[in-house]
Amino acid sequence: MTDDMAAIFREELRDLLESLERGLLDLKKRPADMGLVNQVFRDLHTVKGSGAMFGFTDLAAFIHEFETVFDRIRSGALPVGAEILRLALAAKDEIPGLVEVEADPEGRRVAILDGLRAIMAGGTAAAPEAAVVAVGEDGPAGGAARLRFRLSGAALSMGARPEIVLDELRALGATAIVADLSEVPPLDRLDVEACAIGWSMDLPAAVTEAQVEEVFLFVDAEWTLERPAAEVPAAPAVAEGAQDMAVPVQPAPRESREAKAEAGATIRVPAERLDALMDAVGELVIVEARLTELARQSRDPALITTAEQITRLAAGLRDATMTMRMVPMRSLVGRFRRLVLDLSDTLARPVEFAVIGEDTELDKTVIEKLADPLVHILRNAIDHGMETQAERAAAGKPRDGLIELSAEHAGAEVLIRVRDDGRGMDPAKIRAKAVAQGLIAADAQLTEAQVYALVLEPGFSTAEKVTELSGRGVGMDVVRRTIESLRGSLEIDSKLGQGTTVTLRLPLTLAIIEGLLIEVAGERYTLPMPSVQEIVELPADKAQPRRTGDFLDIRGRFVPFLRLRQLFDCAGEPGPAQNVVIVMAGEHRVGIVVDRIVGTNQTVIKQMSKLHAGVRAVSGATILGDGSVALILDVGHLVGMGRAQGEPAGREVAA
Amino acid sequence: MSIHDIRPERHVTVVTMALGLQTLAVPAELLREILDPLPVTRVPGAGPFVPGVVNVRGSVVPLADLKQALSIPDEGADERRRILVLDVAIAGETTTVAIAADAVHEVAAVETAAIEPVPASATTWPADYLTGLYRGPDGFVLMPNLESIFSNLAGRPLALQS
Repeated sequence: MTDDMAAIFREELRDLLESLERGLLDLKKRPADMGLVNQVFRDLHTVKGSGAMFGFTDLAAFIHEFETVFDRIRSGALPVGAEILRLALAAKDEIPGLVEVEADPEGRRVAILDGLRAIMAGGTAAAPEAAVVAVGEDGPAGGAARLRFRLSGAALSMGARPEIVLDELRALGATAIVADLSEVPPLDRLDVEACAIGWSMDLPAAVTEAQVEEVFLFVDAEWTLERPAAEVPAAPAVAEGAQDMAVPVQPAPRESREAKAEAGATIRVPAERLDALMDAVGELVIVEARLTELARQSRDPALITTAEQITRLAAGLRDATMTMRMVPMRSLVGRFRRLVLDLSDTLARPVEFAVIGEDTELDKTVIEKLADPLVHILRNAIDHGMETQAERAAAGKPRDGLIELSAEHAGAEVLIRVRDDGRGMDPAKIRAKAVAQGLIAADAQLTEAQVYALVLEPGFSTAEKVTELSGRGVGMDVVRRTIESLRGSLEIDSKLGQGTTVTLRLPLTLAIIEGLLIEVAGERYTLPMPSVQEIVELPADKAQPRRTGDFLDIRGRFVPFLRLRQLFDCAGEPGPAQNVVIVMAGEHRVGIVVDRIVGTNQTVIKQMSKLHAGVRAVSGATILGDGSVALILDVGHLVGMGRAQGEPAGREVAA
Repeated sequence: MSIHDIRPERHVTVVTMALGLQTLAVPAELLREILDPLPVTRVPGAGPFVPGVVNVRGSVVPLADLKQALSIPDEGADERRRILVLDVAIAGETTTVAIAADAVHEVAAVETAAIEPVPASATTWPADYLTGLYRGPDGFVLMPNLESIFSNLAGRPLALQS
């Protein structure tokens, strides 16, 4: 086996394991759903089959036991129980280790298999009874059943072999097999990949639906089994009229067929190729800026027209590339389902986990970095937000808690919310604690949102873990930092006794933004355009810094401002006419005084190296048309920096 | 790299350069290219060790001033100034960094036997900032331990200038 093959198998395995886990978790909610049982069985079977094919014999042997258990569940000999699901999930976790041929020193795998065998031993006692019932129901004596089937959709191209299906049916005792050619199209419209032929045949009455389903388990086919009515088993003459009694059976693999159709329309591309493409587009955008600049200087109309065309093409290419990098939230959510299940089990706080907007797409870099913060928020929601069942009952709430993860687009942002219906946070307690820890003054005037934001401060509530609201703050500052590093923001809203909602606002992409280029003391900087509200002139009487009262009157509202010259320690004196860029920093407007507005541009964001990771006011850098580097300013941190340096801006909110 | 890493080899190939009046040698295998002076973009609040960034063929690369890290007095610069672009493992991750040199001399093979550890009594430099030193044609040549210096700089919380 080549490494390539192994890589393909691993890739395939990842999808299968995801599907398997989803199936198992859904089964916990809907244990009686035979469709789910079948899906799990199919996934297991495919893992086993592919594993054996690629030479992972240990894996195949391990999975075999599982397949047996689910086979029994399918046949009704075993009920779906919590213990089976627990073992199955644990077993699923062992699969990657088996593939990587990791040793199992603690004997987890053996323990899992022993657990399974014990369940099967217990289950077999009940099995014969179930089997008898099954025969009693499905085995009416008398006339033969008529089976019709037709391979559907892409079954042939997926490797289905009708002759094998027919052989299997023959083994069940099929007779009078007739090919149905009624739907064979004229030659010129014949699709070689579609099977236009259907078949019908007689099956002995003793053949159960389950047996037929077995045959079609791995074949995409629509089939119906028509039986003579049970009341008239002895009247073969009437059996002809039994057509009305046809029982269309929902073909089991419908779900997998949809999945396959989806896969047919997409191409799997290694992430690094996308990154390389994005890099190339980034370079192109930079060169395009340079070309536009040169064309403008040359005043050659032909060159200017060409440059404009390049600009348009580059923008189209950029948009197409960015769309390619978008990944649905679903790719993250699978992990969370499991996390929530495990946590609610360990903490004995049963919760229902609802996900809304799984299809919402985000840049793949954002998705990757979002996993840890969301895990943290979800854990907090269950660990600290949820009451015990008894407490919930006493409060008149449903016994099972609700955790809802939702994602939606809002303009150039994505909003991700984690909502729980737990005990909520008490603003008075948070406030008292913040005062005790010296985070705020005892008489500070804070809005409710500002109070909740206190739990995001580093160090808040790490001290007393005993109070109900501790832990909400443990590590939340890390969450906030990660979100901010993605140029996003975080808000907390809570109602005491009703629950807490954490909202993350994230930009759609990290790669390219629209920027406003400004100049201060000969140095050029870029402000992210989405945060820019408006640009005004700095009134002459405010030109010189004063100790207090640096506010601008913007249509009757007082907006504080800070001076980049001062903040960045620039030499020299400003010119006579300075501008103020009004930006949104969090929820508030702040003015930033600059020497000159240069213009807007497409900004390809280059990450700063680790050596500059500590410079929080700079979120990245970009290369301008003339080849020089302009730093991208982080508005939120800029305001924080102003606060640290005693500029008035951070101290007070606009009146 | 520490002195123990280079000892097993008989020779190590280095690039020598001048920083002020001091000669430095860095392993040639780290060197990507030597560039003429580039426009430097100052990073406000970054401090004196890595005061800015430069555009190296479309990448934004931090520019470090080793004179600051090694306490070498500045003697002014002339047209022999160059920028050395190096790939250095910073905290385990290979990162492209640029260092400013007042002049670049030569690529030389140095016998590892001739490289001596820094005397423990030399307190001018933090102990792990130097791999060692050897006697060159014009006095002793310092071999800075770039991994260690840059990893240290990366971990340092950069205070804002007051």
